[in-house]
Amino acid sequence: MRGITKRFPGVLANDNVSFELQRGEVHALLGENGAGKSTLMNVLYGLYPPDSGVIEVNGKPLKISNPGVAIAHGIGMVHQHFMLIPTLTVTENITLGQEVSRGLLLDLKSPADRIRQLSKEYGVAVDPEAYVKDLSVGEQQRVEILKSLYRNAEILVLDEPTAVLTPQEVDELFHTLRQLTAQGKSIVFITHKLREVMAVANRITVLRQGKVVGSTAPAEADEAKLASMMVGRSVLLRVDKTPALPKEVVLRVSHLMVQSDRRLVAINDVSFDVRAGEIVGIAGVEGNGQTELVEAITGLRKIERGEVSVAGQAMRNESPDAVIEAGTAHIPEDRHKYGMVASYELRHNLVLSTFDKPPFTQGLAMNDAAIDANAKRLIRDFDVRTPSEHTLAGSLSGGNQQKMVVAREFSRPIKLLVAAQPTRGVDVGSIEFIHRRLIEQRDAGVAVLLVSAELDEILSLSDTILVLHKGRIVGKADGSKAKREILGLWMMGTQSQAQTDASSSAAVEAASR
Amino acid sequence: MSTPSVVSGDTTRASRLQLLTGSLIIPVLSVLIALVVGGILLAITGANPLEVYWALIQGAFLRNRALGNTLVVATPYILLGLGVSLSFTAGLFNIGAEGQFYVGALVGVWIGFALPGLPMFVHLPLALLGGALAGALWGGIAGLLKATRGAHEVITTIMLNYIAFALTDFMVNGPLRSEGTAPRTPDVQPGAVLPEIFGAPDRLHWGFVLALLLLAAYWFLTKRMPLGFSIQTVGANPDAARYAGISVQRTTVIAMLISGGLCGLAGAVEVLGVYRYMPAAFTTGYGFDSIAISLLGQGHPIGIFVAAILFGAMNNGATYMQFAAGVSNNIIAVLQAFIVIFVGAPAIIKSLIRRKGD
Repeated sequence: MRGITKRFPGVLANDNVSFELQRGEVHALLGENGAGKSTLMNVLYGLYPPDSGVIEVNGKPLKISNPGVAIAHGIGMVHQHFMLIPTLTVTENITLGQEVSRGLLLDLKSPADRIRQLSKEYGVAVDPEAYVKDLSVGEQQRVEILKSLYRNAEILVLDEPTAVLTPQEVDELFHTLRQLTAQGKSIVFITHKLREVMAVANRITVLRQGKVVGSTAPAEADEAKLASMMVGRSVLLRVDKTPALPKEVVLRVSHLMVQSDRRLVAINDVSFDVRAGEIVGIAGVEGNGQTELVEAITGLRKIERGEVSVAGQAMRNESPDAVIEAGTAHIPEDRHKYGMVASYELRHNLVLSTFDKPPFTQGLAMNDAAIDANAKRLIRDFDVRTPSEHTLAGSLSGGNQQKMVVAREFSRPIKLLVAAQPTRGVDVGSIEFIHRRLIEQRDAGVAVLLVSAELDEILSLSDTILVLHKGRIVGKADGSKAKREILGLWMMGTQSQAQTDASSSAAVEAASR
Repeated sequence: MSTPSVVSGDTTRASRLQLLTGSLIIPVLSVLIALVVGGILLAITGANPLEVYWALIQGAFLRNRALGNTLVVATPYILLGLGVSLSFTAGLFNIGAEGQFYVGALVGVWIGFALPGLPMFVHLPLALLGGALAGALWGGIAGLLKATRGAHEVITTIMLNYIAFALTDFMVNGPLRSEGTAPRTPDVQPGAVLPEIFGAPDRLHWGFVLALLLLAAYWFLTKRMPLGFSIQTVGANPDAARYAGISVQRTTVIAMLISGGLCGLAGAVEVLGVYRYMPAAFTTGYGFDSIAISLLGQGHPIGIFVAAILFGAMNNGATYMQFAAGVSNNIIAVLQAFIVIFVGAPAIIKSLIRRKGD
């Protein structure tokens, strides 16, 4: 790809980007959210026509007007969100749209044989007869990869493939990628995670604000260098923190049972405490009850059984208002749904839960001067990059929206902070900032419950780590001593294995509480 | 897809201006295009559109007492437009303005004629308040059903309309019917009449001033008061409202109470200011027009005022237009229908603008 430029209304997503993929290599495309990685690959896959630039495959210039053309030329894409039908088998999913028929009947046998052969050849183990709904996320990803291989892909584009995987599954994926490249396939690996780039890539191209910043190889770079290339300045990767000094219990959750939207048990008999001055991290693969747990604590979801108390006050099925009044701040995992009103000005989003109290409301009317002053102060203190406090929240970048949410939640006196995926979709610079603020709150004596799917985040911030699997706490570990591998096993629910491990006493303790 | 959203430079004032003109473009163009399309229709039927429109303007504003009569028609439109707009602000679609208008008129007229001998400063406010409360009750039922049972307000308010129609019909033909006349209620007591501002025969009554006061109150509620902020937040993002500690249920009920109250007040103002009794054939259609007025006014008090005057002028000027230009006054209904179509489907206008821009 040479000189690719792609413009969206008001945004230059790709600015004269050149990218080269050699046969048999894993080429990592590294950049923050919004750097233009996905745009570039969507241009390659024929989803967007480029405004200018040339794409050549095997030396021949090619006009890729739609994904069909891309597939025909051996380009396959594995999207971040899988495009599989759960009620069909692996074979049916893979052959979808390319069904082989024998007379009037669907022939599934010969495709299944071919899938078996492919999975042996490339070391991608999947049972062709299995139903997709019965597969783990890692296996589903393999189905997506096989789907591309089945369509004779020579080039595989993987868009943030590790976002939904446990550490063990990530290792397996990397193993698969090495097998594939050994067989002569070429892979574009889109990510913003530095550790993964160092582990699997042969070459690295870094994008920033739609431009190529540079290309390098793992041997010539380290994580700090890559981070500064991504962000454009040097970044502190480790969070500096002193040992926690936990005090009284602020959040107590005991024997909590909560249902999901589909009325299935999402949280089952969960108990834990969070004390003032400590960060308790909840690790786990997404969809294991984290969302429901957070919503139950913050009053947004009905508690079926069990108790929640905040600062000694029982909060069982109280309104969100009561939970806020008790001193709770909540950074929601879905900031677009809960965290902000996109059509509101920044200044109004910054008083979303305090607008009816002094000084923001005096007597009958809201006080613009106080609202504006509050906004100006928070924008400055939390480094929200915005033209002004009157800018609509929806027009800010993800990182700045998140800083806005954090600023608002930290702007009132709090005892408990529930931070769910606090750095999701946020650029590295803002991640660093938000992490520092979380530690500051802890040191100021706030009890912090951190829920994150990013194991690195949990490991670097938490004083105590709990692992959630299928709605239960399956393990507990000391934040400073926890091992990534053990947490990974717990995240997959292998409690029995975990219990034979050195940290088993912690797991038993957690389970017995 | 993640695309960088870059915001730079101090564009605040410019973007606010853009926002303002952006929200003005659709309604203004809707009216203009409706007039052009209506003009084409008139030309096809052999009339001179300019002549017809000139007659309409004369009938609405220029002839003797025309302006006052236009304002008389605009008065319920303003109140109803505010009521419907408030429900829109809360993300609710109050189709029940007509029914709330009916029960407001019914209770207003009842209090107006049934309590003889009260001084005006007691009687008139009482009758107006009664009408407003009746409307609030009617809207509140729909709000309560929505908040507690999740019943969609479009369905419930339509159903409540039918109940209101049947109820007023029954009351005016039965218990409230005056003796010895055609089916209608007795005349309201002098103390409950909204008097003319400049004296008869000019029909402009103090209800118009009341409507202007409520325009100001509406502005204060929606732009300045925390309750207005809650209502707006629930309308803009109910999940975020709940997250921030605003009770979505309570706000929904309150919004429907106020919305219905304004519509009920409009009904009371209409019977106490214009009819001074309630006829059996009390069919107005004001409540349904007010949905169009609210859309055309884009929920802004000034927009609602202008839209109400526009609809008032069209309705009031139609009779003279029919007489002077010799076209059926049904053309007014056609024009209003076109306005509703264009306002309701801004995509049509947007595609027209874009084509022009290219």
